[in-house]
Amino acid sequence: MNAPAAASALSAQAFKSEVKPVWCPGCGDFSVLSAITKALSMLELRPENVAIVSGIGCSSRIPAYTSCYGFHGVHGRALPVATGLKVARPDLTVLATGGDGDGYSIGGNHFLHACRRNADITYVVMDNHVYGMTKGQPSPTTEPAWPSKLSPQGTGLREFHPLVIALAAGANFIARGFSGDPNGVARLIVQAIRHPGFSFVEVLSPCVTFRPDQRSWKEMARPAAVEATDDPARAARRLMTDDGFNIGVLYTGKRKPYAPTATGAAQQPSALEKGFEL
Amino acid sequence: MTTKKARKRAPAPRKPVTEPRERSGAYADFMAQAYTMELEAVQRYTEFAEQMEVHNNPEVAQLFRKLATIEGLHAKQILEEMGWSQAPGPAHAQQWEGGEPPESAPMSEVHYRMTPWHALELALDNELRAEKFFAAIAKSSRTPAEVRKLAAEMADEEAEHVRLVREWMKRVPRPDPDWNRDPDPPFLGD
Repeated sequence: MNAPAAASALSAQAFKSEVKPVWCPGCGDFSVLSAITKALSMLELRPENVAIVSGIGCSSRIPAYTSCYGFHGVHGRALPVATGLKVARPDLTVLATGGDGDGYSIGGNHFLHACRRNADITYVVMDNHVYGMTKGQPSPTTEPAWPSKLSPQGTGLREFHPLVIALAAGANFIARGFSGDPNGVARLIVQAIRHPGFSFVEVLSPCVTFRPDQRSWKEMARPAAVEATDDPARAARRLMTDDGFNIGVLYTGKRKPYAPTATGAAQQPSALEKGFEL
Repeated sequence: MTTKKARKRAPAPRKPVTEPRERSGAYADFMAQAYTMELEAVQRYTEFAEQMEVHNNPEVAQLFRKLATIEGLHAKQILEEMGWSQAPGPAHAQQWEGGEPPESAPMSEVHYRMTPWHALELALDNELRAEKFFAAIAKSSRTPAEVRKLAAEMADEEAEHVRLVREWMKRVPRPDPDWNRDPDPPFLGD
């Protein structure tokens, strides 16, 4: 009988902590948490070899819900913390997680430069086009005509296009997932972690409380019609004409990841301090 | 809430379609997939139960826990029937049409004010999908005969579960039309 051999890898459940999420039932972030833990299991990693760094917002609560090392940091500052951690501890698998407000507005500048620096980290953004934690204000990815109590006529502002920005700024891997397919998101995260350099995974993660209209996303999300490209010019053309619902790996770059020139003892704070001695 | 479904779903182990020495790799692979389907259903129902506990909906939380227990019994039954001492490989080794196993309700289908009737409605959809899943395998000409036979048996079991959940739903009050109205909603006021 060909019963599959039991894997030595930890189960996805082993990457979850005892802390139970406080997200609204139905929130897409539950699926992303599930996808992250499945991805870590698929990669046969250990919680002690993984660090998850976040900023502020509903989705930024993820580090507490995992058994990995975690840092729930300052609003918009997940990426510089994650970059610093990776540079100091290249042996760790480092993920940064957060939402569209945290990543594209408050942390927008860090997003650009994290793409440019190309450190070997994976950034998972749960994009729900709204500030959910603070009760439904329009975010950078909110559609210009979306009416809310705070913007009854909509903001009238063109929405931010994170994938195009990521490509232009130098991200080495760009993918989009949909929380309605947690196993698909898990596979994207696996590929993102395996790909060298800065990997950006945008996950469409509906906010059932403030954006119930996003229930229609499950009819709109579909697999991207063409394979990922490693040609930035081709990727740019595709992403510029993208309607925001093509799911899959969209760009796989070949840039060499950032690595510090100073290593070992020269990287220690004490060695750096010597340069400032009077 | 009755445990009729639990009693129905935890009978003596199913009589194997073939003797162990005659079982093929396809048979074991099929049972591994069925096991994963049950296990993922356990996990999903458990997650829903935890969500309801966090949001102070204990009645529905309890029902989801009961459904998780039922699916867990079924998973255990598969292990016993196959003589497996542990899970037959990682869950992610299985691929599912549409991305998720048929007995795992979408994460988006729960609400903090949902009622037991809604939870059972969700369970009914799961059982209907499972029945359809096994029936399709049973009808596929590409499936080995012993697996087709087993799949047909499982489809029948799922059909029975569908009937039991429908019976269960008759004993649970239907939700009010404004079941999701929250007197203290999370939205910003005017």
